[in-house]
Amino acid sequence: MIGLIVLNLWPFAQTIYTSFCEHEGFGRYSFIGFQNYIDMFQNAEFWRATWNTILFCILTVPVGLFLSLLVAMLLNAKIKFKGGFRTIFFLPLVCAPAAVTMVWRFIFNGEYGILNQIFGSHIGWITDPRFVMISCAIVAIWSNIGYDAVLLLAGLQNIPKTLYEANSIDGAGPVRQFFTITLPMVSPTLFVVMIMRLMSSVKVYDLIYMMVEETNPAVTSVQSLMYLFYRSSFVAGERGYGSAIVLWTVLLIGLVTVIQFYGQKKWVNYDV
Amino acid sequence: MKNSSLESSRKRMAALTYIALILGAIIMVFPFLWMILTSFKTVAESNAVPPVVFPGAFRWENFQEAAASLPFLKLYLNTGLMILFRVICAVAFSSMAGYAFTMLEFRGKKLLFGIVLVQMSLPSQIFIIPQYQMVAKMGLANTIFALVFPGLVSAFGMFFLRQTYMGIPKEIGEAAYLDGCNQWQTFYKVMFPLTGTSVAALTIFTAVFAYSDLMWPLVVNSDLNMMTLSSGLATLRGQFSTNFPILMAGSLLAMLPMVILYLIFQKQFIEGIASTGGK
Repeated sequence: MIGLIVLNLWPFAQTIYTSFCEHEGFGRYSFIGFQNYIDMFQNAEFWRATWNTILFCILTVPVGLFLSLLVAMLLNAKIKFKGGFRTIFFLPLVCAPAAVTMVWRFIFNGEYGILNQIFGSHIGWITDPRFVMISCAIVAIWSNIGYDAVLLLAGLQNIPKTLYEANSIDGAGPVRQFFTITLPMVSPTLFVVMIMRLMSSVKVYDLIYMMVEETNPAVTSVQSLMYLFYRSSFVAGERGYGSAIVLWTVLLIGLVTVIQFYGQKKWVNYDV
Repeated sequence: MKNSSLESSRKRMAALTYIALILGAIIMVFPFLWMILTSFKTVAESNAVPPVVFPGAFRWENFQEAAASLPFLKLYLNTGLMILFRVICAVAFSSMAGYAFTMLEFRGKKLLFGIVLVQMSLPSQIFIIPQYQMVAKMGLANTIFALVFPGLVSAFGMFFLRQTYMGIPKEIGEAAYLDGCNQWQTFYKVMFPLTGTSVAALTIFTAVFAYSDLMWPLVVNSDLNMMTLSSGLATLRGQFSTNFPILMAGSLLAMLPMVILYLIFQKQFIEGIASTGGK
């Protein structure tokens, strides 16, 4: 048994090992030291992609979390068809992003997309550099609400009912109840969901790739780090440069996580 | 008097809740509905201004054309096989590792588990280049094996099942040992059956994420016949960039199996994915 485990774990550990070898010694083919990093830091496209990634997080995470919490609270009320609503909100999760973005491309289409027709506007939602990021953010939020809401709902359901009863005897209205009971009590769950969402937003790729193809002129305005990574590593074939981008992303994720864990002391309530 | 005003305000709250939920549900469902409607339209109908909501006639030809421009049967098969093997590997190896990490003592256990944790917190993209080079070196690009490859072991699965095995009292293992089970029998006959819920959750989690995975299949299998549904759709997008009815029909074909499974097993899906996420 132990032998089996070690045998299985070994290739796994080796994968990690080689992966580290590879991108430090891209190296083995022709060692160029920090040249990839120097190129990367001097490249405007790279900085743009970094900014795009950060902007994507800023646009999607707070709004997404707010809406998810709202949905979770609505689902936590005493209502009929709770299961039905939950099923509907969760639906985008089981659909491959490749498939759902297809219809969003159509909805956002500048010439005959339904969105422009409803609002009578003529905005190139996915071709205009000014709007393309917002469109992608909307799709991202739409895709993830159900998932986050289900997680938050589990957190909400752990709040003892007696707290609310005591509070309403004290004469607290629903708004005060939200801030004095719901928010502090759900904050640990909210924190976990936020970390998860942030990490996956930093790594966003498939959604943007499907929304905005490489030939779209707006691509540089929305291209995330992982999109750039894919293009440099597998379209342009510069694997060393691509690896440098991945490591930069890992650094970014690490940074975000560290900030979060320091920040959590201020608002996450673990006393309960 | 007071009671009735309280009653009416409660009713108003309930009504507001329903309205908000129904509005939300409409926003969630609309893209799917639009996809279905569009998939039956002619190109002229789909591009009409003002929009045509219902297609004049149900054009099943769109589906035929989508199915003709992509080898859909192969894509289903590839995706199905990829999911199947990834699930088997994830469940088998993660269960064994999870069992070993909790029930057995061996040298380097902490170190190995540390590696699992580190791997789990790194983005999977960091492994793509080395993994691709390994597959290419083995001459296995454009095979089912290549699709399965990154899913052979799952750090997350190991972590997740370790948590599960930690919840099983050690006494059960000891009792099995006293009854004459060896290590393997203890694991296989006694412990493994106890982890059913977690294994189901891991199965669903692995399946859904394998199904959505886009970058790896795009990178490793460039042959249209060896693509998955996701990467195939990316190709379709290039072929019919503005023929939306066909794109919608293709997307529907790609989504259908998973959506049907989801609607049948919705409780397991939602709770399974939620339990893996709420780690």
